[in-house]
Amino acid sequence: MDFSSTISASGLIQQFLIGLSRSTILFIVSSGLSLVLGVLRIPNVAHGSLYMLGAFLCYSIATLVGAGSTGFWVGLALAPFCVAFVSLVVERALFSRLYDREHLMLLLFTFALMLLCRDAVKMIWGSEYRSLAPPEALQGSLSAFGMMFPKYNLFLLSLGPVVAIGLWFLTHKTKIGKIARAAAVDRDMVGAVGINVSWVFASVFVIGCFLAGLGGALVAPTQNINQGMDHTLIMEAFLIVIIGGLGNVWGALLGALIFGLTDSMGILVWPQFSIVFPYAVVVIALIFRPKGLLKATW
Amino acid sequence: MVEAKGYFKIRTVALLSILLVVLAVAPSFLPRFFTYLLALALLTGLLSTSLNLALGFGGMYQFHHAVFYGIGAYGVSLMLMKTSLPPVTGFILGPILSAILALIMGIICIRLSKLYFGMLQLSLGSLVWVVIFRWYSFTGGDDGLHGVPIPSLIATVTGSYYFTLIVTVCCMAILYMIVNSPYGRILQAIRDNPERSASIGVRVRAHQLVALVIAGFFAGIAGILFVSVEGSAFPDLLSWTLSLELIIMCLFGGWFTFFGPMLGSAIMVGLRTLVGGYTEYWTLVLAIILMLLIYFLPEGVLGYFQGLGANPKNTSAEDR
Repeated sequence: MDFSSTISASGLIQQFLIGLSRSTILFIVSSGLSLVLGVLRIPNVAHGSLYMLGAFLCYSIATLVGAGSTGFWVGLALAPFCVAFVSLVVERALFSRLYDREHLMLLLFTFALMLLCRDAVKMIWGSEYRSLAPPEALQGSLSAFGMMFPKYNLFLLSLGPVVAIGLWFLTHKTKIGKIARAAAVDRDMVGAVGINVSWVFASVFVIGCFLAGLGGALVAPTQNINQGMDHTLIMEAFLIVIIGGLGNVWGALLGALIFGLTDSMGILVWPQFSIVFPYAVVVIALIFRPKGLLKATW
Repeated sequence: MVEAKGYFKIRTVALLSILLVVLAVAPSFLPRFFTYLLALALLTGLLSTSLNLALGFGGMYQFHHAVFYGIGAYGVSLMLMKTSLPPVTGFILGPILSAILALIMGIICIRLSKLYFGMLQLSLGSLVWVVIFRWYSFTGGDDGLHGVPIPSLIATVTGSYYFTLIVTVCCMAILYMIVNSPYGRILQAIRDNPERSASIGVRVRAHQLVALVIAGFFAGIAGILFVSVEGSAFPDLLSWTLSLELIIMCLFGGWFTFFGPMLGSAIMVGLRTLVGGYTEYWTLVLAIILMLLIYFLPEGVLGYFQGLGANPKNTSAEDR
């Protein structure tokens, strides 16, 4: 009895850590989604596909460069920029012509992008599972307090706050962030004072997609890289953004923590139904606060 | 789009009766596979028409319509497999379950509008999906339920086809009457201007809620038809991708037309089979079609042809 309780205590902490690092990934991806949703008011369904693209690109660049851990670092550094570049091209060539259409059309357009990405990935990378080893410096575990902490998870944990603060700084302290927040509230007014709103939207969209790519590249060493990645993630990211409040970076953080932790803790309580817990929590939160826990931008 | 009183124009009546006759005799000419495909197109058409009641006529962003379809299918499958009640009760209970779920989800979501409505519904729907996806002991989890004991009368391909045809035609007639009833008019008035409708004394929320329940009910009927055709139910029926595909079907045929979604579904089901025969990249083709549609044909196929029609007063664009 005593034995089992100690197991569960350390298991609890370890599960907590896994949940936290999962939350970090979810936060990075969904903060990008939240940014796009908050400023452009577009539910970007293709966001999950860009995340998947980020993971595949990170894998490919890493194997192309090779040479152990440098490959991974190069992949991690380049993949998000590749994703951002793809999104910039798509935004300028196709998306920017649709901004005055109904939201539903924009949603369907991003759905078309998602389908396009899915088959493009299938064409380029095939349908096998890929896996990528974390760099040597981050392999293995640190042991502390008699427990093992995987180094890569700690690395992810340290990155979460960096992204959060960086994003907050970008939206609240820089000029483009302030313009973007103003454009979220009243697009026409911002245009009337002589700011090129179209380019503001483009840059916000690209930053959002960059974050999706970054999340994908970061997740690559922790799980199998496969075609179903986009599907599961986009749903979770949407729920996180909705409970957090649209366009609110801290809301995305809160939502990601709620989602990741209920998921990982749920496994201890009721393994078979663990995936149900986060969804149930989201629904309960939304019944009481249908517009999200924190303040939305619009 | 539709004249204030009259039901159909002569041309439409003629077209519809020809279509009905063709559909009624089709199974004696077509190979089994095409009969099955036709049944599938019909029930998908019913499903997207029911979605269009909420989406096109009600103006509500019903993002997760497939949930009601899936619940109808699971309702009847579970009743047939796990109980010994007469099969008819299962076929009646399926749609009723969908309607109840639509009522519950509607009460929660109706407080919000547009995109917020859609996203709240999306999260509620995905909760339902995930429960069905995981509840192995009851719903079969991700495998779904297979080998549902369908009553022998409608177990054959032809039998299930005629069952689907008759039920679909009846349901389409009822939906058509609903859309053209005073209630349907009020619903469209709410879509066009909720504030003004409220100010002349229309109970906006109540009317929208009724539309959601009706849409859910008919989606449930499409669900039981699917089970009678396919003999199985699986979690993909409730998937979000399917919901989005249904929206595409509505878009394809035309939002603001009654028969548009039916046409769109038929085209989509046909295309999927046709393209699927040549290439494994069906989703790529779908994506390109969708993009072309959004750019060049936002009113849909039927909406486009109606717009070309002789009487410019009848264009769907103006009806918006």
